[in-house]
Amino acid sequence: MTAIQESDIVRLPRGVRLREDKQRGGWVLLAPERVFQLDGIAQTVVSEVDGERSVGTIIDRLCDTYQAPRERIAEDVTSMFAGLVEKRVLEVM
Amino acid sequence: MASPEVPQPPMGMLAELTHRCPLQCPYCSNPVALERRRQELDTATWQRVFADAAELGVLQVHLSGGEPALRPDLPELVQACADAGLYSNLITAGVNINRARLETLADAGLDHVQLSVQGATPEVTDHIANMAGAHARKRAFAAEVTDIGLPLTLNAVIHRANLHQIDDFVELALELGARRLEIAHAQYYGWALVNRAALMPSREQVMAAVERVEAARERLQGRLVIDAVVPDYHARFPKPCMNGWGRQSLNVTPSGKVLPCHAAETIPHLEFWNVADHGLREIWYDSPAFNAYRGTDWMPETCQSCERKEIDWGGCRCQALMLTGDAAQMDPVCEKSPYHDEVQTLAVLDAAGDADFTYRRFARTTQGA
Repeated sequence: MTAIQESDIVRLPRGVRLREDKQRGGWVLLAPERVFQLDGIAQTVVSEVDGERSVGTIIDRLCDTYQAPRERIAEDVTSMFAGLVEKRVLEVM
Repeated sequence: MASPEVPQPPMGMLAELTHRCPLQCPYCSNPVALERRRQELDTATWQRVFADAAELGVLQVHLSGGEPALRPDLPELVQACADAGLYSNLITAGVNINRARLETLADAGLDHVQLSVQGATPEVTDHIANMAGAHARKRAFAAEVTDIGLPLTLNAVIHRANLHQIDDFVELALELGARRLEIAHAQYYGWALVNRAALMPSREQVMAAVERVEAARERLQGRLVIDAVVPDYHARFPKPCMNGWGRQSLNVTPSGKVLPCHAAETIPHLEFWNVADHGLREIWYDSPAFNAYRGTDWMPETCQSCERKEIDWGGCRCQALMLTGDAAQMDPVCEKSPYHDEVQTLAVLDAAGDADFTYRRFARTTQGA
C-alpha cells in the first residue's frame, strides 16, 4: 500500500474528473473507462483536492467540517488517498 | 409477486462512428456484415445523440469504430461530448492520427485515449493487423499522446498467436507511458467466431497467461493499472456480459441502430430501433430489444434458482444462441449448463487446429465487370 504523508500535495491527474451525477444523484469520479460512485464523505474529501493543498491542510479543513478527532480523520483521508493513488486516479505531486 | 423494477439509466455508451478501418484484425468485434460509409450517421445526428445520451444519464462515451479517426468530423464529435459533460474516450488503432489532429482532439476536450496493440513486436502486430508498418506507427502515436499529456491505455486482445507475449505487452505499456493496460482474451463473436480455429488457445496456455497477468498486476500496483478480460470457453461460470442486458450500457452502430451490446444483431428475432426514428430515452426504456433479456424474468429455471443470477446475469445471450440455438438458454459456458461439456470439447478441438486468419474486410459487392 502506498504511504501518504501529510506533507504530500495531491491532485487529480488529467483524464480524471469529479462531477455531479444528476440523473442518479450524488457525485462520481470519472476515470479512464471507469466510474467511481462517491458517497457524501468521499465527495467532500475529493472536492478538497485542488493540486495546491497539502494532505495535512485537507485534514485540518475537514476537522472544521466534521466533529471528529483529527487522528481519525487523518487515518480515513490518508487511506482513501492511498487507495485512489493505487488505482491511478489520484497522484502525489 | 415482486413488481418489475424500473431499469436504471445507462452509464456508458459505445459509439461506433464508422465500420471502416485500416486494420484487418481477425477478431474484430464488428459484425461480419459491416455497415457502409453511405449508411453512416451525419455530424448533426451524432451531436444530437450525444446530447440525448447525457440527458439520459450516460457518463462516458467510447468513440469507437472501425477506426473513428476516419471520420473527418471527429473533433466536432469530441466537442459535442465535452459540451454535454460526457467523458470521451477515443478507441483507436493509432495509425492515422498525426500530431496536429491529436492536438485538435485534445483541445476539443478529449479525455482519454485507448490504443489497440495487436502484438508487442512489429512482426506480430503487422501480421495480425495485416498492415505493414502498423506497429511503428502505433509506437509513434503513443509517444505523441503521452507527450501532449493525455492519459493512455493500451488494449491488447490476446489469442493463440500472441498469448506468449504477455510480459512483452506489460513492458511495452510501461515503455510507452501508459497508465493502464487492458489484456482481453478474444471473445468469439463476429469475426473472431469465423476465426475461432486460428485463435483459440489451449487451456494450459490460458492458465499460464492468467498467471503472468496476475504476477504483473501485483508487481506494478500503483504504476500500471492492469485490467484483464477473462477467457470464456474455458471458464466454469459465464462472464456477466455487459453487466446485464440493458442494465448499464448501450451501443450505437454507424447507421444509428441502438443495441444492448455490439454483437446483439446476431440474435435475429430482436427488433432494434434507430436514432433516426426514436429518441435515445425511448429506445433505452421501451424498445423491444432492450426489454427482451433485461433483469431476471426471462431466465430459465436453472438461472432463476442460482445464487449467481445477479452476479452473472445469465451470461451472454449471443453466445447462448450461437452455441445452443436458443438465445434464452443459460450461457453454455456455465458449468450448470447441459451444453457445458460440448463447449469445453469445442475449445479443445479448436485449440488443436491449424487454421489461417480470415482477415476482416468489407464483402465484395457484386457488380457487372
